[in-house]
Amino acid sequence: MHPAFSVIFLTTLIGVGQGLFLALFTAQSYALFDLLPKQDGQSFYATGTLIALLFLAAGLFASFFHLGHPERAWRSATKWRTSWLSREVIVLPAFMGTLLLYGLAHLSGWKPVLVTLPSGLAIDVTVGLGVVAWLLAFTLFVCTAMIYACLRFLREWHTPLTVINYILLGGASGFTLAAFFAACAAPALTGFFGGWAVIITSLGLIGRVASLLRNARLKPKSTLQTAIGIKHPRIVQKSQGFMGGSFNTREFFHGKTPALLRSVKWLFLIGAFALPVVLLAIGMATASTMLLLLAFAVQYVGLMAERWFFFAQANHPQNLYYQSIA
Amino acid sequence: MPTAIAPQPAVEEIKKTTCYMCACRCGIRVHLRDGQVRYIDGNPDHPLNQGVICAKGSSGIMKQYSPARLLKPLKRKPGSERGASEFEEISWEEVYATLADRLGKIRATDPKKFALFTGRDQMQALTGLFARQFGTPNYAAHGGFCSVNMAAGMIYTIGGSFWEFGGPDLERAKLFVMIGTAEDHHSNPLKIAISKFKREGGRFVSINPVRTGYSAIADEWVPIRPGTDGALLLAIIHELIAKGLYDREFLVRYTNAGQLVNLDAEHDEFGMFVRTEVPEEEACYDPQNKLWWDRNSNKPVITHSDGTDPFLRGEFKLSDGTPVKPAFQLLKERVEDYTPEWAAQITGIDADVIRRLAHEMGVTARDQKIELPIAWTDSWGKEHDTVTGNPVAFHAMRGLAAHSNGFHTIRALAILMSLLGTIDRPGGFRHKAPFPRPIPPCARTPTSPLAVRPNTPLDGMALGWPSDPDDLFIHEDGTPVRIDKAFSWEYPLSVHGLMHNVITNAWRGDPYPIDTLMIFMSNMAWNSTMNTVEVRKMLNDRDEKGEYKIPFLVVCDAFHSETTAFADLVLPDTTYLERHDVMSMLDRPISEFDGPVDSVRIPVLPVSGECKPFQEVLIELGTRLKLPVFVAKDGSRKYRDYPDFIVNYETEPGSGIGFLAGWRGKGGEKFMRGEPNPKQWEMYAQNNCVYHHKLPRSYQYMRNWNQGYLEWSQRNRITRYAEPILIHLYSEVLQKFRLAAQGKGITRKPPEHLKKRVEAYFDPLPFFYEPLETQLSDKHKYPLAAITQRPMAMYHSWDSQNAWLRQIHTHNYLYVNSRTARLAGIEDGDWIWVESQWGKVRCMASFSEAVEPGTVWTWNAIGKAAGAWNLTPDANEARQGFLLNHLISEELPSAGDVRISNSDPVTGQAAWYDVRVRIYKAEAGEPQETSPQFDVLKPAPGMVKRPGWLAYFAGNKAKSK
Amino acid sequence: MTQLALVIDLNVCVGCHACVTSCKEWNTSGPAGTMADERPYGADPTGTFFNRVQTFEVGEFPNTETVHFPKSCLHCEDPPCVPVCPTGASYKRKEDGIVLVDYDKCIGCKYCSWACPYGARELDEKQQVMKKCTLCVDRIYDQALPETERKPACVMACPTSARDPGSVVSKAIRENGGYLLMPEWGTQPANHYLPRRKTRLKIHDDELERADNPLKIDSQLPKPGMAEPSLDDVTSW
Repeated sequence: MHPAFSVIFLTTLIGVGQGLFLALFTAQSYALFDLLPKQDGQSFYATGTLIALLFLAAGLFASFFHLGHPERAWRSATKWRTSWLSREVIVLPAFMGTLLLYGLAHLSGWKPVLVTLPSGLAIDVTVGLGVVAWLLAFTLFVCTAMIYACLRFLREWHTPLTVINYILLGGASGFTLAAFFAACAAPALTGFFGGWAVIITSLGLIGRVASLLRNARLKPKSTLQTAIGIKHPRIVQKSQGFMGGSFNTREFFHGKTPALLRSVKWLFLIGAFALPVVLLAIGMATASTMLLLLAFAVQYVGLMAERWFFFAQANHPQNLYYQSIA
Repeated sequence: MPTAIAPQPAVEEIKKTTCYMCACRCGIRVHLRDGQVRYIDGNPDHPLNQGVICAKGSSGIMKQYSPARLLKPLKRKPGSERGASEFEEISWEEVYATLADRLGKIRATDPKKFALFTGRDQMQALTGLFARQFGTPNYAAHGGFCSVNMAAGMIYTIGGSFWEFGGPDLERAKLFVMIGTAEDHHSNPLKIAISKFKREGGRFVSINPVRTGYSAIADEWVPIRPGTDGALLLAIIHELIAKGLYDREFLVRYTNAGQLVNLDAEHDEFGMFVRTEVPEEEACYDPQNKLWWDRNSNKPVITHSDGTDPFLRGEFKLSDGTPVKPAFQLLKERVEDYTPEWAAQITGIDADVIRRLAHEMGVTARDQKIELPIAWTDSWGKEHDTVTGNPVAFHAMRGLAAHSNGFHTIRALAILMSLLGTIDRPGGFRHKAPFPRPIPPCARTPTSPLAVRPNTPLDGMALGWPSDPDDLFIHEDGTPVRIDKAFSWEYPLSVHGLMHNVITNAWRGDPYPIDTLMIFMSNMAWNSTMNTVEVRKMLNDRDEKGEYKIPFLVVCDAFHSETTAFADLVLPDTTYLERHDVMSMLDRPISEFDGPVDSVRIPVLPVSGECKPFQEVLIELGTRLKLPVFVAKDGSRKYRDYPDFIVNYETEPGSGIGFLAGWRGKGGEKFMRGEPNPKQWEMYAQNNCVYHHKLPRSYQYMRNWNQGYLEWSQRNRITRYAEPILIHLYSEVLQKFRLAAQGKGITRKPPEHLKKRVEAYFDPLPFFYEPLETQLSDKHKYPLAAITQRPMAMYHSWDSQNAWLRQIHTHNYLYVNSRTARLAGIEDGDWIWVESQWGKVRCMASFSEAVEPGTVWTWNAIGKAAGAWNLTPDANEARQGFLLNHLISEELPSAGDVRISNSDPVTGQAAWYDVRVRIYKAEAGEPQETSPQFDVLKPAPGMVKRPGWLAYFAGNKAKSK
Repeated sequence: MTQLALVIDLNVCVGCHACVTSCKEWNTSGPAGTMADERPYGADPTGTFFNRVQTFEVGEFPNTETVHFPKSCLHCEDPPCVPVCPTGASYKRKEDGIVLVDYDKCIGCKYCSWACPYGARELDEKQQVMKKCTLCVDRIYDQALPETERKPACVMACPTSARDPGSVVSKAIRENGGYLLMPEWGTQPANHYLPRRKTRLKIHDDELERADNPLKIDSQLPKPGMAEPSLDDVTSW
């Protein structure tokens, strides 16, 4: 497939936003059980939520560049029964809305207790909103990933690993950002976020390597033989019917060399996983805010490379019909 | 789009006319909305295409609205170079005044200094008439560089040929053999017929170096080396005769197989048929005065005598001691050594395959006979209850023709078809009116330069059909009268002229310089010429006084081509949708097997800009020059315009014969002959623009010898004579030229330096020789043959700038068999050089398994000069597209320093497909661009700006919704 | 529900592209238009087409088949492109199974094209909506057209009648080995393809010999004249 930057930005940016929220809410939940020190609503949660919202908004903004008719984008919420894309279109704003409320509640300090658990634990409105947002964040990960994973023709994508990796990679980048954010706003949590960032990044590496291994072993289900229905071992396309290119040659081909693809693969394996883990470790050890920021920046760039590769590696069966210019 | 089906807007209007996107001439319906073309589809009521249409025909809209169109008359800016495309707009009045003045002076002094050559114009009856009335012998259309070998080789043998003249009867054939590239003539009817044929289980064999086009769906592809088809055909003939797989009855009665040939080498009549008497008048038919040797009486008898049956084999002595043999015996002797094994060496086809092909043809013809219950009477008065058919059909065109040995190859094909008994019979080859014609047809050129006189029409036709050396159009010393040297000893049977040599000859002043060259619809500075680079220089070359060697160049075209750039005067032609036209019985009509058909074009759109149909230009010029047919006795204008001319012109006053055969007579009640009908155009318009006369079934077959048909044809003045047209297995016409070269007989004799050539190539029986260029090539240095094929979506170069079609073929590759390429170190897609002994071209290679290893090929006429046709200078056509023409010379060295056309020595057919090449990889640092490149052409004044994008919608979209 | 379909006969397709341009010509000025062309007179011209003809070489010289292969939307019975559309712009008509795009609803997200294994959809670069073959739905039900012309433009144009409109249960498919493209995906395309069919001629050696072989006549050469010299004249043995 041709990697479109609008979609690369969309998926990576909202992944950061979702991950950051998950980090914030994890911290709040731990704090609820006194496993972590409580943090200030305004300076920590509201600011953190704002940052998450900014990433989500930027992703949403980027997504409009993918559309031929952005002014009709509202229509895309209608087919949620069948279309994962439609579901994403519903869940993303729902998540952002919930997040906004979550942030506002923290900001205003308006925290009426919703329910008190038998243990005496008071569940206030921020926790309630947080649970809803937490569910929506995961739903959004699933929706986004399922847009790709549901396409059975794109066998590189059509696997649970796609969903797992979207969650893990979004989570990893969010927790890395959270580590940096904590270093600035709540140094006590830096180690917590950083630690989880290392764990999730490592899990992400496992997930992504698993999908790379899987994809390397994939045998194409469609062949030129099934594409044109002729059973002969040697078939060569001599003309695709036009010479100056078409939508089919623009949308479904990355147009890059296999060598470049290999380079990008190593780039993201190092940039999204190895290097951030090292930087996180050193950053936490040396309490260097700058290194944590660098860890996030490197990981984000690495994830963009990862997403580029994700698209480029997917080989669409329609490409069987478009192999020769003449 | 809306869920509900939007009704078609009611503003639509449907007009019928005839397509002109290629040479096929299908009936079309042009759907208009708000005066714009909304849709062009095939006319279902048209006999030719029956409603279908091709890719080109469906792209007519993009021709009509092409930004390459010339919209203003132009003259070259004083002081600018030819080819620089520097023009200024002028008025039509200035055009006419300039031309009338210049041409008037030429006509008053030496009319041959005006030369008119046209492309695939479909109006040769008018252009030819204009030239003849002007008095110049220097007229021809593009036939000489197209397929004249196919016309001449077949017509000199069976009195008809393929494409407009006849074709394979696939409706009843069981075996169809197509040889060489043949996609571009009569394409839609052939596509219709081939698909029906295949569906009904017919067997289709394609013999071609390349498997594209129709060959793709052949049941068997037989790859053959280019230029060797003659060897294959002769070997098949050998096998048919050896196995007795020929139709003896047909040969005896309908060919000259049994006629006795004088074999007295000392005799002036050596090699001629023995005649019983000399006919009183010289007429253009075969008198029935030849002899058979009767098997029953063992004596010579007049052919076709009742109760006789000739020996086809053996040798005999007439009572005066003259040794004679039947023509068939000579044919048998001729092919004796042409064994399948011999042909296998030459063609690259296994001897077993050749034998099998011969057997398939012979056995199918013999065992699957068709008997139609149609009673008919032959020319000798014998009544037949049935029409018999031997269902083996052939088709061939340029693939056979465009070689310098093509004439004899095609003679061999026609003889093969005759041996199988398939001529004008169901399931075989069938004629289309006005064919069959006598062998040769009656039209003759003048025979001496005296026919060219000031202020006088030419005394004879500019093109004709020589029957012996005395028919040649030459000076007393044997030198040519025509600028292209047609009908001279160099190319005696050049019945379509040699347009491909006109520019070179005129530039060199050999045989003489001319003043004005007018070119209509032919891209002579590009893909229609050989040796393109040099020819472009010739067009721009000056003598020592600084005058152009070709002083005045007039080009009429609808588009700004590579050639218009060289013109001194550019006449903007209309498109086919803006004009009247006739597909005339006087020219090349669109007849069907079952009878004559002619058709018209009627304008469906107003003329664009200041365009004028070329016909109107000719009639206006003819009137201003006071050419006799265009003016009344008092010198005043006779015809208002072209439509008026078409209705009222008669070949002779009161002849009743005009351009259109349908709805003649005062009220449109007559056909073929009749007084002018003022409502003729309307009647064509009401009848799908086509006139179709269906012959009675008994006149639809065996027309060479069908008494009823021949008399019908004579009565309707299609032919002058109703004599039977016997097939010339053995050609006396050729033998007459050979005798002259041998110094025998009373006819004119060739000049010394051409004697050997004429003697060698005017063989009364077909023979195989390597193409002339191959003979002159170092085959080790240039091991490959290079040819072109016609892309199905773009048969001709015209309109290949079409916005839709050029997306399909925007540049071309050289297709090379993958093994051949790898041996040369070339990979798929590499930039390579293709080099002949005449030039070299850089292009891209593409691997193919569908090409014979000794052949490389590309699509015809995709490459363009940068900026031509109003394409951007970086268009793929100019940067990756290329022409093979640069590799092909229009002349070959012959004896000493004499140069002779790169053409068939019999007909002057341009030998496009004879070139030999080698290929090698381009160096790493070379530009990835085709070579040669030329200066960028500027658009001409008055043209519209080319748009950066298109979203064509006919009419007002808002309104139509 | 009937499912309309095209049966494309590769046995007779000569690759002439008539279906390609007649489709463009009909549809660019119809309700499915316009169909844009970018750089129509420049480098790398490219445009929207609903139908393309491709060429494949099968086998190695000399056993090569050149296959022309027309391809347009196959109007799948279970079209994967439809459920993924977030707006409902892509839909399959209940009454005849034609898969269409409602341009007014299409947001140009291209997702449907990702979900089509055949590459049948093309985004129109000017209108920025997804376009595809409509099976000339504006022709086949147009009562203003004569009944014989209520067929897709490509079908009307095709000189070899290689495009046969009908339903998925047609006789042509049953009798001539009609097959589906990429059956492995279970999309059940409505359009079917018919394979090449070969006619061969087997001639046995004894068929070459026949009682009425003309050689029996033509090999009988004339007898020499009685008076011609012979050994009888000179030898007494």
